[in-house]
Amino acid sequence: MKQKYDVIVIGAGVVGSAVARELARYKLKIGVLEKNGDVCFEASGRNSAVIHGGFAYDLGTLKAACCVEGCLEFDQLARELDIPFKRTGKVLVGNTEEDYESLKRTIKNGKINGSVGLEMIDEKRLKELVPAVIGKFAMFSPLSGIVDPFQYTIALAENAAMNGVDFYFNNEVIDIHREANGTYHIKTIQNNFNTRWVVNCAGLGSVKISEMLGIHGYRFGGTKGDYIVLDKRVGPLLPMPVYPVPSTTYMGIHVTPTMDGNVTVGPNADYVEDFAYYGVPQRNMDYLAEDASTLWPHIHKSDYISNYSGIQPKWLEGNDAIKDFVIEARDEAPNTINLVGIESPGLTSAVPIARRAVRLLADAERLHPNKDFNPIRKGILRFSEQSDEEKARLIAKNPDYGEIICRCETVTKAEILQAVHNPLGVDTMMSIKYRTRSMMGRCQGGYCQMRIAEIIQEELDLNANEVLYGRSGSNMFTGKVRG
Amino acid sequence: MNFVNKEVVIIGGGPAGLAAALELYKKGIHDILIIEREKNLGGILRQCIHDGFGLTRFKESLSGPEYAQRFIDEIEKLKIPYITNTTVLSVTKDKKITAASKAGFMTWQAKAVILTMGCRERTRGALGIPGERPAGVFTAGVAQSYINLYNTMVGKNVVILGSGDIGLIMARRMTLEGANVKAVFEILPYASGLSRNIQQCLNDYSIPLYLSHTVTNIHGSSRLTGVTVSEVDHDLKPIPGTEKKYDCDTLILSVGLIPENELSLSAGVELDQRTKGAIVDENYQTSVDGIFAAGNVLHVHDLVDFVSLEAERLSDSVSIYLQNKNLPPSNVKIITSPEITYTIPQYVSGTKNFNLSIRAKEPLKDCKIEILQDGSVIKSVDMKTVIPAEMINMPVNYKLIQSEKDLEVMVKC
Repeated sequence: MKQKYDVIVIGAGVVGSAVARELARYKLKIGVLEKNGDVCFEASGRNSAVIHGGFAYDLGTLKAACCVEGCLEFDQLARELDIPFKRTGKVLVGNTEEDYESLKRTIKNGKINGSVGLEMIDEKRLKELVPAVIGKFAMFSPLSGIVDPFQYTIALAENAAMNGVDFYFNNEVIDIHREANGTYHIKTIQNNFNTRWVVNCAGLGSVKISEMLGIHGYRFGGTKGDYIVLDKRVGPLLPMPVYPVPSTTYMGIHVTPTMDGNVTVGPNADYVEDFAYYGVPQRNMDYLAEDASTLWPHIHKSDYISNYSGIQPKWLEGNDAIKDFVIEARDEAPNTINLVGIESPGLTSAVPIARRAVRLLADAERLHPNKDFNPIRKGILRFSEQSDEEKARLIAKNPDYGEIICRCETVTKAEILQAVHNPLGVDTMMSIKYRTRSMMGRCQGGYCQMRIAEIIQEELDLNANEVLYGRSGSNMFTGKVRG
Repeated sequence: MNFVNKEVVIIGGGPAGLAAALELYKKGIHDILIIEREKNLGGILRQCIHDGFGLTRFKESLSGPEYAQRFIDEIEKLKIPYITNTTVLSVTKDKKITAASKAGFMTWQAKAVILTMGCRERTRGALGIPGERPAGVFTAGVAQSYINLYNTMVGKNVVILGSGDIGLIMARRMTLEGANVKAVFEILPYASGLSRNIQQCLNDYSIPLYLSHTVTNIHGSSRLTGVTVSEVDHDLKPIPGTEKKYDCDTLILSVGLIPENELSLSAGVELDQRTKGAIVDENYQTSVDGIFAAGNVLHVHDLVDFVSLEAERLSDSVSIYLQNKNLPPSNVKIITSPEITYTIPQYVSGTKNFNLSIRAKEPLKDCKIEILQDGSVIKSVDMKTVIPAEMINMPVNYKLIQSEKDLEVMVKC
């Protein structure tokens, strides 16, 4: 059976989800195709989770414009979507005269871009902001901040879904062709779709999708960055992200607090051709710890709780120079909006990018506002963040709040159930983890994962061998022990 | 908030909490409450369906649930109050406790608090094992719980990292359930589990144990497809060129246990960096007045029998504390030589006989354990063998302690 849509968005990363939400403001039938089992399984969920000020990008680029715009409007977005976001500020720490000159140029550049409040600060002020930092001076960006990238992407997608967008997970696009009447026919590994418009938000797969659309000539370099996650114990020692002085192409290895009080260390930047390999090598972990320790001295192996990596899809020119974001409507592929090279600062820029993409679509046909569009989405209330009185009230109202499933992060059964029955209908262990923080604490699911696997099976009527960790094929179990 | 008064609140109804409660009751303290987060008492013993428990205490070999049941039956008989399905959320320095259960949000004011929360497993992330992050990597206790409590099979072709007891038990358990356990790898040059488990769980099933080996890479983008194993040198660093790949769908980690002290920290209890448990005196009192700790939350034990004994000794002290409202100050510090990882207690008052638990750092043969004060030996015990896997328990008579100077515990070979 063919599903018919006005617009099909390919990719449910942060940009695809933002595009779906922006499109939902109009009377359109919208579908999103995602190859993974949930949103933000790739670049959107595998990064430093920093909302950038927009000072580092060349004047006149989309990266600069979208980043500044995204940064300035993030408070409102976070309020609408009910997502954890904090304007922590951020410092770029230097030691040499060369560093100083470089930071001054960054400030000048940032001011022209429209980045607000940038200033040079001396060692005394730096130590006031981040007492543990090592450095002689810094550039301070007061509007930079941190976000939970999972909640952020989930919230964009859920809000789109609330407003009528259909999401199709585990639907990797394998063929696109345009029929004589102009309709696009899209074939995925499990479905067929007809649509009048296609928006390519495929991130690491966007060159492949471009080719399928008939847009040739793009070349990607993947930059893989590894990260170490540190225990919450050291969280209080890092009130804001601390970066070194950046080069023109690379932000450098930095230390970043997470919204949940952990610290991440990374990333390195290795050129890779395999966009599906997320392994973290030992030498990189050692290098990250060693390098970042020159900025912040609290990186000890005893506080490691996890590690991860991400790959940024960088659009490269012939000479390997990294190019700007591409948001285009091309004649050779009518009725398509093509997004290529959306790498950092894609997280900050997602909504501004989405608005620009939708504007291109609106240039080609008249869009009618959807008067029922509701930009407000409520997240899953976190029991652990409530006062004792509120906790008592919650349990009295719903006893499932009294059953603690995840000990480390104090996640209740009520929250797990809400996550299991999420608006997007996704059902992997990682989906529950991203929505509730369960299994993300120090014991990494040692206490709660059995309970969560059991709840998934019971609530969704799945067999043990159908429970997935995350990606397709990541089956948790081989079946029952007996009977 | 309305705080309900209790003489003693015991946090955790595993072997330590159960033994502490029974002993307190026998000493005449009846206003007790055990708070357990699981639906049944018994703690980790519930999933330990193999036998070998109770050899020291009951002189017979019991399964974990059987061992626990002996205590639970007595608790029931004496009608010692306990609540299950209840998770403690916080403990304060002044011994206020909050907890959540389906019945509601609860609060107590205790005169004494006994911490018996047990321990958790070290994870892959904590070890920092490099490689991809597929499904199929489990800590041994998690795999044990899935198989024994949830009737869920975690995999078919298995490699085990770490020769801790739970890993050895799981090698046998998974073999019995039809899995192919290819090998156990241990980074140290000696096994970290009990000798009897090496024999009964590996040798009896022809499962090879490779010492001085560790996992240096994990493969698989969705489910585990294999691991790379390398030999390590004296500094436990992998030796380049010794890599060997093992195909498997399951990696079981048995790489150590960490006392679970988040609640202790919230109460301001000072921890020992060596044990990751509280610093205690011979009364098992922590740095916070009226808060006591025993069992695996204090230091990781190799035998549950010793956990029970430790909790019973703790209860002696708690009953004295409740009668006298305080215990003598403990000013004599116990320090250790480099061959020793730690001792429990770390301080003593020198006013009562005590049990000294000693964990050796590496295996030694034909040696002496000596306790010195002010340069002279006050106690000396000959040991035929000393191994890290087996805790040494040594009774010490307080009359041997002459002053408030440090006690030095040393191994001499």
